[in-house]
Amino acid sequence: MSQADWVTTFQQQLETLGVSVNQQPANPLENALCWLIPNEHWSQLAELAAREGLRWSAGWAEHANDEFLINALLEKQGRYWLARTAVGSAKPELPSQANAFHAANRSERHTQDLFGIKFTGHPDKRPWTRHKAWDKHSHPLRKDFPVQGNPASVVPADMDYPFIQAHGAGTYEIPVGPVHAGIIEPGHFRFQAVGETILNLEERLGYVHKGIEKIAEGRTPEGLARLAGRVSGDSTIAHAWAACRAMEHAAGIAIPQQAALVRGILLERERVANHLGDIGAICNDVAFVFAQMQFTRLRENWLRSNAKIFGHRLLMDCVMPGGVKFAPSDADCQHIKQDIAQLRNELTDVITALDLNSSLEDRLYTAGFLSEAIATALGVVGYVGRASGQDFDVRRDKPYPPYDQVTFKVAFETQGDIASRFWIRYKEIMAALKLIERFIDLLEPGDIVADWQTPAAGSEGLGIIEGWRGETVCYVRFAEANRIARYYPRDPSLLNWPALEKLVLNNIVPDFPVCNKSVNGSYSGHDL
Amino acid sequence: MLRLFKKIITTGIVTEAVKYPQDAELEQLGIRIKRHIDRKFAGSIAIRQVDAGSCNGCELEIHALNNPYYDIERFGVHFVASPRHADVLLVTGPVSRHMQTALLRTYEATPNPKWVIAVGDCATCGGEFGVSYASCGAVANVIPVDAVIAGCPPTPLALIKGLLALCERH
Repeated sequence: MSQADWVTTFQQQLETLGVSVNQQPANPLENALCWLIPNEHWSQLAELAAREGLRWSAGWAEHANDEFLINALLEKQGRYWLARTAVGSAKPELPSQANAFHAANRSERHTQDLFGIKFTGHPDKRPWTRHKAWDKHSHPLRKDFPVQGNPASVVPADMDYPFIQAHGAGTYEIPVGPVHAGIIEPGHFRFQAVGETILNLEERLGYVHKGIEKIAEGRTPEGLARLAGRVSGDSTIAHAWAACRAMEHAAGIAIPQQAALVRGILLERERVANHLGDIGAICNDVAFVFAQMQFTRLRENWLRSNAKIFGHRLLMDCVMPGGVKFAPSDADCQHIKQDIAQLRNELTDVITALDLNSSLEDRLYTAGFLSEAIATALGVVGYVGRASGQDFDVRRDKPYPPYDQVTFKVAFETQGDIASRFWIRYKEIMAALKLIERFIDLLEPGDIVADWQTPAAGSEGLGIIEGWRGETVCYVRFAEANRIARYYPRDPSLLNWPALEKLVLNNIVPDFPVCNKSVNGSYSGHDL
Repeated sequence: MLRLFKKIITTGIVTEAVKYPQDAELEQLGIRIKRHIDRKFAGSIAIRQVDAGSCNGCELEIHALNNPYYDIERFGVHFVASPRHADVLLVTGPVSRHMQTALLRTYEATPNPKWVIAVGDCATCGGEFGVSYASCGAVANVIPVDAVIAGCPPTPLALIKGLLALCERH
C-alpha cells in the first residue's frame, strides 16, 4: 500500500462510521495533514485508528478565547496526521482516546490537570502531573491563570495518591523516591514484590514539573529556543531543534543547507555522547566497572571536543531560530574526523572485551524483556522501540534536512531484553559516526542562519525530530508581535516510561536499576 | 578476559597530569581541596546529590566528576546514597514546588554540621525557569545555602573549584 493510500482509505472508513472529517483547505502544518473532527467522535476516531494500525504520537490542548482546541497526532508509515477538535470552555468534556491508545493515558491526564478538560470514559481517574502545587479546581494552562499561581509557602508532599495495592501472604510493598540513592532525577516508584520478584511496579512522576509550557508563553523565538534546550538537558539539541523547526514552519522560513548539516552533526554528537554514557551505566548497574570507566572516559573525550569546537560540553544553545550559532571550521572538521577514527578503534577494543564477557551476558540477556506486542500496544519509540520490533525512525521515515540527503542503516532488533537495548545503542553509535562524517563531507562555506521573519499571529508549526531517545515532537503557535502563544514539547520519555512498568515484571528488585537504565527515560522531559 | 586486562593496561591511568598536561590545574586544585577537607572532615567528605527539579544537565556533569579524568574520590570526596550519611548536600535545579517538601525533609535528615551547595544557574538564581506556580526558583528560597556554583551546567572543573571555594570560606 502506498503512503497516500491509507489516508484516503482511513478517511472513507471514518465517513462510513458517520464521522464527518473536515480537511482544512489551507493545511496549517507543513509536515502533517490537519483534519477537524467533531468532538463527539473523538474516541471513535481513536478506535478506528488503532484498528488500522496507526500509532498515537502526541496529544495536547490549547486555550483560545472561549474554547479549547485538542489535538492528537497520529502516524503510520512515516506519514503524520493531526486530528483536531474543539470543546466549549463552559463545561469542557471530551471522550477519551486512552481506551484505544494506551499512549494517550498519561497525556490526557496531563491535559486534564493543566487545562481542566474532562476526558469521559478515561480508564484512570487519578491526577498525573498535578500533585499539591495547585488544587483540582485551578488549571495552570488556562489563559486566566497567572503564571505565579497561588501556591502555599510550603507545598506539602503528595501523600494521597491511590497506588494499586497488593494483598496476600508474603506480599510486600517497596516505596522508592522521589529522592533516589544515585545521582539521578526524582520520581517515585512503588513496587509490590514477593521475595525478590517484582509483582507490580507503578510509577508516580510529576516531581520536576517546572511549568515549562506556561513560562514559554510570551517568549521570543530566541527565548523559546533557550527554554526548549532545557526541557531535558541530555536532549538539548533534539528539543531545541524540534522547537526551532516548529517556529521556522510557522514563520515560513527555510534554513540554509549548511545550518541543516551542522544541526545534523550536533544531533548525532548528542546521540553518541548519551549512548556512550548509557552503555557504561548499564554495565555499572550490574557491577561491571571496567566498562563504566572505559565508557565514561570515551564520553569525556567526546564532550571535550564538543566544548572545543562548539563552545559547550552538552551543546546547549548551539541551535537557534533560523539556523545554528557556529559552523565548524576546516580544522574543526579534521579534528572531528580524527576523534571518530580514534573512538572507533577504542570501541573495537572495549566492545570485544564486553562481548566475550560471560558474567555480563548472564546479567543482561533475557532480563527486562519487553515483547514486541507490548511495545506496539504502548506505542514505544526510539531505541527502546527499535529493540522490541518497532521499526521506526523519523530520520528515515519522515526525513527532514539534512537526513533527506543521506542513506543510513537504522538499527533494529526484536530480542527486546536489556542486552538488545545495549546493542542497539552500540549500533546507533556506529551509524551516527558515519552520518557525522557524511555531513562533514557535504559541508561547504555558506550562511548558517536565515533571516527571521515575524510570523502572522495564529500561525502554527510542528517540529518532529529523531532525538537520541527517539521521536521528539514539538508544537508551537505564535501570538502577535513575534511572541509565543503555545509551546508543547513531547519528549519520547512520555511514551517510553510505561514500558518500564511492564518490562520489570518477574525480574528481581535488585535488577530494577539496570532495567531502568536500559530505558533511561527523562523525568524532566516527561514532567515539563 | 585477556582483552579486558590488555585494555586496562593500554589505557593506563588517564588521571595522571603528566599524560594530560591540560589537567594540571585540576590536579593542583584537587590537592588543595583535600587539604581543606582534611582539616574539616578528617580526610573525607560525603556528598548527597539532590535533584530538586533540574533539567538533568547538571546531573550529567556531576556524574562526570567520577570519570577517570577527574576521579574526585581520590581527594576524599565521595557520593553517598542517603542524606543521613552526608556532610554536604549538592542541590541542583530550580526547586520545583512538587519537590519542596522532599528537599526540606532531605535537609532535615542530614546531620550537623552540614553544608549546602547550590549547583547550576537554576539552583543559584532560578535560571531559565525562575519562580512560578510550579517552581520556587533558587535553592536559597527553600533551604539555607552555603555556596553556589554557577553555570548552565557548571563544568566538572567548575564543580571542583566550587567545592574549594566552600572549604576556604569556612
